[in-house]
Amino acid sequence: MVAVAAPNGATPLLAVRGLTKRFGNRVVLDGIDLTVTPHETLVVIGPSGSGKTTLLRCINRLEQPDAGTVAVGDERIGERDGRPASETYLARQRSRIGFVFQRFNLFSHLTALDNVAIGPRRVLGHARRAAREIAAAQLERVFLAEHMDKRPSQLSGGQQQRVAIARALAMDPQLFLFDEPTSALDPELVAEVLDVMRDLARGGMTMMVVTHEMSFARQVAHRVIFMDAGAIVEERPPEEIFTAPREERTRRFLAHFLR
Amino acid sequence: MTIDWAIVELAIPLLFAGLYTTVRICLLSIVLGAVLGFVLGLAAFSRSAVVRWSVRGYVDFIRGTPILIQIFLVYFALPGLGINLSEFWAGVVALSLNAGGFIGEIVRAGINSVERGQSEAAKSIGMTGRQVLIYILLPQAMRPIVPPLTNELVNLIKGSALLSVISVYELTRAGQAIISTHFVPFEIYFLIALYYYVVISAVAYLSRLLERRLPVW
Ligand SMILES: Nc1ncnc2c1ncn2[C@@H]1O[C@H](COP(=O)(O)OP(=O)(O)OP(=O)(O)O)[C@@H](O)[C@H]1O
Ligand SMILES: [Mg+2]
Repeated sequence: MVAVAAPNGATPLLAVRGLTKRFGNRVVLDGIDLTVTPHETLVVIGPSGSGKTTLLRCINRLEQPDAGTVAVGDERIGERDGRPASETYLARQRSRIGFVFQRFNLFSHLTALDNVAIGPRRVLGHARRAAREIAAAQLERVFLAEHMDKRPSQLSGGQQQRVAIARALAMDPQLFLFDEPTSALDPELVAEVLDVMRDLARGGMTMMVVTHEMSFARQVAHRVIFMDAGAIVEERPPEEIFTAPREERTRRFLAHFLR
Repeated sequence: MTIDWAIVELAIPLLFAGLYTTVRICLLSIVLGAVLGFVLGLAAFSRSAVVRWSVRGYVDFIRGTPILIQIFLVYFALPGLGINLSEFWAGVVALSLNAGGFIGEIVRAGINSVERGQSEAAKSIGMTGRQVLIYILLPQAMRPIVPPLTNELVNLIKGSALLSVISVYELTRAGQAIISTHFVPFEIYFLIALYYYVVISAVAYLSRLLERRLPVW
């Protein structure tokens, strides 16, 4: 596969080309092209219904796109040697892409520790003990060492979302996708999740983050994409897009947040 | 109407012998039926369309035909296939096949009732469909499965009365034997009803206990 150069010249870790998704005859993603370079944090903003969630879901194939390709490193997601990948192969590819959901989606029958350990245990095939050690280390990393034995229902939203991040981290992902990770949280719990994400970004994780937390985007993002109606309207560094948006639609959208 | 107490006294132990057989048959059938039902319920999510359609067809057949006919089919078909079972075991097989169909449907519905985000999260960490089913969906489906499963056990106990037609000496058949010699149908049928009622109430009670003990997440 021919590597496509990213804006800053580095070989992209994630390369999305012509990604198209329809629900019925409604075009939700209209030929999206984008790249994320290694260690980069890309923030995606845009109005409700613009296709942000669908874009993330098409990248890790929770949703099957109608056209276009997604490459992570030198592998095309959902393909193997140019043919559609088997279910097992696709599962393997997914395991290297961390995904954090708006509504956490922790496994409600498992403790925090087991939520994180089940991936290393069942997907990576580690022994029970080793899997739990990995899980404990990741939970410590998101400051939840004291809450390992609690079930999701016994944790606050912010804690649940941090467990979800640890669950993805335990798979040692190459790429992290976040779908509005703080928008289901009470305002006072937002910061603890954003702090963890900021640490990840500073530590060199490659991340694509859909969020409406504009101050996070300003501080952490290397680039910001503004999406509307299934297309990318504007794509620029945060200091530019927030202070001097080029497009009228971007300006109108940002006006809601930056007054 | 006068009640023949002497016959009642005579009948009580005889009916207990029949009840014992009923309980044994029902326990065996619910266990075998549950095994079959869980296999069918999981197979309903198979990637193979042939498997899914076979499950669908089997469940539809069980639900769409009278249990009495299913009992006759098993009883008369098995010898033709070279399998010679006693009435007891023919009864167990028939009830198990019947319960398996219904439980398969219960398990399928229970798994379907688990919130979609659970399987998406499991896929996102790289689980295959089978792993999602076994490690994530099935454990969470257990609690919603318990009430309909008990209901099925109750149906099974009631349905076991029909085994009297193939001369299994269970509760109903035991009663009929007494009736045919002493001709006291009311007393005996009333006693039989009482026995069934007590057993079924006990099952319902145990199920509520079990349900309360199963965790709510
Ligand atoms: N499974 C689906 N079936 C049909 N339509 C869908 C489905 N999922 C999403 N859509 C539609 O696709 C469009 C884009 O949805 P999407 O969830 O990607 O938007 P979004 O940008 O994430 O919005 P929000 O900010 O509200 O989360 C919406 O109009 C939505 O109604
Ligand atoms: Mg969304």
